[in-house]
Amino acid sequence: MKTLYRYIKPVLWPMLLGLLLKFIAAMLDLTIPYFLETIIDKAAPTGEIRQILFWGLVMLFCSILAVVTNIRANRMAIINSSKATKALRHDLFAKISLLSARKTDEFTVSSLVSRLTADSYNVNNMLVRVQRIGVRAPFLLIGGIVITLTMDPILTLVLVAMLPIIAIVVYFVTKYSVPIYTRCQLILDRLVRTVQENATGVRIIKALGKDASERKRFDKINSALADEDKKAGIIMAITNPVATIVLNLGLTLVVIVGARRVNSGLTEPGTIIAFLSYFTIILNAMLSITRIFVICSKGAASAARIEGVLLAEDDMPILKEGTDSESNNSNSYFYNFKKSNSVELEYDPIPARIEFQNVTFKYNRRNFSTDPQSIDIDYIENNLTNISFKLERGQTLGIIGATGSGKSTIINLLIRFYDPDEGIVRIDGRDIRSIPREELCKKFGIAFQNDFIMANSIFENINFGRNLTEEQINRAIILAQAKEMIDDLPGGTSYRLTARGTNISGGQKQRMLIARAAASEPEILILDDSSSALDYRTDANLRKALHQSLPNTTTIIIAQRISSIMNADLILVLDEGRIIGRGKHSELLRSCHEYKMISDTQMGGAE
Amino acid sequence: MPKITQMGAISPDEAKRTEVRKKADIGYIFKRLWRYLSAHKLLIFLCLLLVLVGNLLALLGPSLSGKAIDAIGKKPGMTDFASVGHYTLLMIIFYIISGIMNFILTVLLVKLSREVTYAMRRDVFNRLTTLPVGFFDTRQTGDIISVISYDIDTVNASLSSDLLQIAKSLITVIGSLVMMLIIKPALVLIFLFTVPLSILFSRYITKKVRPLFRMRSRKLGEMNGYAEEMLEGQKITRAYNREKEVIAGFDIKNDEAVNAYNNAEVAATVMGPSVNFINNLSLTLVSVFGAILYINGGIQLGDISSFVLYSRKFSGPINEIANIFGELQSAFAAAERVFRLIDEPSEPADAPDASMLSNVIGDVNIEHVDFGYVPERTIIRDFNLSAPHGSLIAIVGPTGAGKTTIINLLMRFYDVDSGKITIDEHSIYDVTRQSLRAAYTMVLQDTWLFHGSIFDNIAYSKEDATKEEVIAAAKAAHIHNYIMRLPDGYDTILSDNGTSISKGQKQLMTIARAMLLDSHMLILDEATSNVDTRTEMIIQSAMRDLMRDRTCFVIAHRLSTIRNADNILVVRDGSIVESGKHDELLKKNGFYAELYYSQFEVY
Repeated sequence: MKTLYRYIKPVLWPMLLGLLLKFIAAMLDLTIPYFLETIIDKAAPTGEIRQILFWGLVMLFCSILAVVTNIRANRMAIINSSKATKALRHDLFAKISLLSARKTDEFTVSSLVSRLTADSYNVNNMLVRVQRIGVRAPFLLIGGIVITLTMDPILTLVLVAMLPIIAIVVYFVTKYSVPIYTRCQLILDRLVRTVQENATGVRIIKALGKDASERKRFDKINSALADEDKKAGIIMAITNPVATIVLNLGLTLVVIVGARRVNSGLTEPGTIIAFLSYFTIILNAMLSITRIFVICSKGAASAARIEGVLLAEDDMPILKEGTDSESNNSNSYFYNFKKSNSVELEYDPIPARIEFQNVTFKYNRRNFSTDPQSIDIDYIENNLTNISFKLERGQTLGIIGATGSGKSTIINLLIRFYDPDEGIVRIDGRDIRSIPREELCKKFGIAFQNDFIMANSIFENINFGRNLTEEQINRAIILAQAKEMIDDLPGGTSYRLTARGTNISGGQKQRMLIARAAASEPEILILDDSSSALDYRTDANLRKALHQSLPNTTTIIIAQRISSIMNADLILVLDEGRIIGRGKHSELLRSCHEYKMISDTQMGGAE
Repeated sequence: MPKITQMGAISPDEAKRTEVRKKADIGYIFKRLWRYLSAHKLLIFLCLLLVLVGNLLALLGPSLSGKAIDAIGKKPGMTDFASVGHYTLLMIIFYIISGIMNFILTVLLVKLSREVTYAMRRDVFNRLTTLPVGFFDTRQTGDIISVISYDIDTVNASLSSDLLQIAKSLITVIGSLVMMLIIKPALVLIFLFTVPLSILFSRYITKKVRPLFRMRSRKLGEMNGYAEEMLEGQKITRAYNREKEVIAGFDIKNDEAVNAYNNAEVAATVMGPSVNFINNLSLTLVSVFGAILYINGGIQLGDISSFVLYSRKFSGPINEIANIFGELQSAFAAAERVFRLIDEPSEPADAPDASMLSNVIGDVNIEHVDFGYVPERTIIRDFNLSAPHGSLIAIVGPTGAGKTTIINLLMRFYDVDSGKITIDEHSIYDVTRQSLRAAYTMVLQDTWLFHGSIFDNIAYSKEDATKEEVIAAAKAAHIHNYIMRLPDGYDTILSDNGTSISKGQKQLMTIARAMLLDSHMLILDEATSNVDTRTEMIIQSAMRDLMRDRTCFVIAHRLSTIRNADNILVVRDGSIVESGKHDELLKKNGFYAELYYSQFEVY
């Protein structure tokens, strides 16, 4: 909530002005029954029509004033809240865009999306509602009470005595219903997930003939949701009738007590009539406050979720150049302990293009999963252990290894999605942690395994907002062996892809992504298992083209197929995060048993 | 998976769409909604009864309080305490009864709306399970989910509140009108002026506001869509250092959403205060004319008080109905989406005389098959294949050549345009889909696991599989040791954020699932593409066990997997260009040889 205030502050004065207007409007509303009383109790008994008309006009005037100020105040409330929400959303999105990969993992993407959309919407809703009703209702409530007090304090006390009872009811109802609603939300999540699973797994479900059991599974969740929802609804249903009954009882008491007081000459019947009008206002105000209560607790919960992201610390600062980066390595809390045990690597004066020096890393340093049932990941060992290698300009590195052996992790560290726990990654001799991100990113062209395709034209997907020339893009398309395929599509490069590229095949997607990676003629080109869907012929043509067209580009290829990497200048064979073989293809066939085995199975022993 | 790439002009679809448009009219939607409601006729009847009685009772309240006030008298000492006591007692009784009835009504309504929600969700989901695979290939999951959660919620929010609010309001309006007519017909004339005024006004506002609200939802949806898309691609935008552009793009969407929101809300906010104003106007007129009448001796003070209370009750609901009418528009739009999904055509029913495919041996024959996902684009032409039982059929070819399509046809995920597919000489169109699909074991490229324990995921293929069977299958798929290393072993829940489970491990679990099945035909669709070669070698022996005596259809790019196939189908542009054994094909020096040798090429 503290962070939220930062966004409210710039619009605080206009907001307060709006609230003042709201206050005036509420006061004006309150005068209406007062004038009504005047007409009936004072003007009518005099028998002077002019007086009646006069007060009638005053009433009309106040009504008009009330409607004008009210509309004005509402408009201000909406626009001011929007301003605050807009700024909040901008900052949240910007923050998320710059969040470190580790933090993103912690929050999970789906949760970040819902914070950005649903939660920011809830906060906005809260701001508007609180301004519109939340201020109006207490004004009306307190104002109504004050005015009735001036009319007849004793009768007012009778009415006011009812309010604590209602407060207690509201308290208990919210206390019991909020946890049920939270449960509903969780069941709804499960329901949505089931639908998702059925959509993605439709082939398996149909193949196994599990439609009936899926229906049963869904039905269970569906019923559970309906039941919980019913429970919450029924508990919430108590509030309104109880509040109404209690206040109406208060009203009856007013009539009874009022009767005695009129009889004793302490008050007048007109007062009681006016009381009835105020009573309606007070009743409605009370019900509004109940509603505000619900909105606020929901809004506060959302604000807290947003705040959680906004206040997330930057765990990947840019180090100052020249500082001893090792001692600044904040992540290596056990580095010093291990340092003495590890072999010191002598520092090479000629900087290599890319250098990994004793890099050790694991993704899950602690268990930040909030779902107690999900896998406890503390036990997991290092994802990379003691990785060291050097690569010169224009060379090609091939990485091969089992699933989960750490191939993609090396890439994640090289492009600084994560910082290593130990060791240093260098590019041109500079610790990459001292390279400003923008500069670092410019060096790379990357095609990931599960890459991102925008709902936009092929051209824009390759260009990716980098203002590349048409020539550059066409060159990249030819290089990526995608020319023929793109020409075949209606409209060529202007062919519009769907989100996630569901309207082109896997092989077409990969070629387009390779074109994206190569289009800017980057210093370092990374292909992370990005030619797996290509046939051997296309794959070979691609490698040939890369070699010829980008001779100065340092290339890293991650692959499952030996054929994709066998021509690399350096091949690393990874196993459980360790390098178990390094060298050229011919060397590895002799020196690395694992490599030879892979080669034999894939290529039938051909060399 | 094959996707329909061009949605061009599909004439039968177009015709269907106009049909749907016809169905979109409010009368039709209301009829469909009524079908859900009519299952609870008794509930609805009770609700209406409660609304009627409860409101009539509530209407008596002001009249009773008016009588009680009259009994107080105008001057001190004139109070008729007996009457006051009598009327206040009646007031208490009536308020309590009406409160209780109100509570019961709300509970019944909650019940009704949850039942209807439940039934709608059930119907949508049940329909989903009968839809052809093609539906899911072309439709976004997010869209389906928004129907089943958001749209159904919208429909029911308005069913439970709006429709009954209208009923309630109507009764209140009629009731108060009657009461006011009883008290003083002359004063009612005032409403001849204010009621049409408020109706006209609300109609004007709703008309103005409706498109603004539609725009608001659309813009908000666009912003959400953008945020979701960009966050999904966050890694790549970061790698390309595109954050600034992405943020700028978001700012535009944010701006549009906020503006659309402001426009709609600001226009709509006029409603409340204006309604209030019209109410106040009525009140003013009532009191002025009431007072004048009083001077002329035409009315009693208590009656004015009652009349004022009734008039408040009277004018409120009328405007509310107008208000609700706008909301109903969005509910009908949502209902339209729900019913459209429920009306999606299911997989065509099995032939009426379809038999169960049983005791399958596994002789598969494909004869002269033509097929295309869209009518204009035939991607498989005159396709023939003979796979005797126990044979291993490998399907190879460049991406997009139509390899998965063959699987889609074998499993009847899609039906052929012409030609014939038989299993043990039974046409697959003469047997039930259920029994046909049960005859296959399938492991797909997309590893599909659901939120549940590892045990449940593996046992999914076989109801009441024992723990021993599951463990045996996991061992055969070489995933047992990994599972045992997890703290909860087989009870470990696979959840979305289980980042520690790699794709390869997931793949092994799906292989374990397939190992549990005991069918005579096996389909592996690049099933090992996510498993590294080393692991693959380990499980290959297990696979071979799995494949023994079964007719196997294997799609793979890795030639090692398919070298010992009995028949290799080389698919290019949808048709089989070559077939035969590995060595024969190499000797032929055709397309297969070209594919094969390209992997050894040195640039």
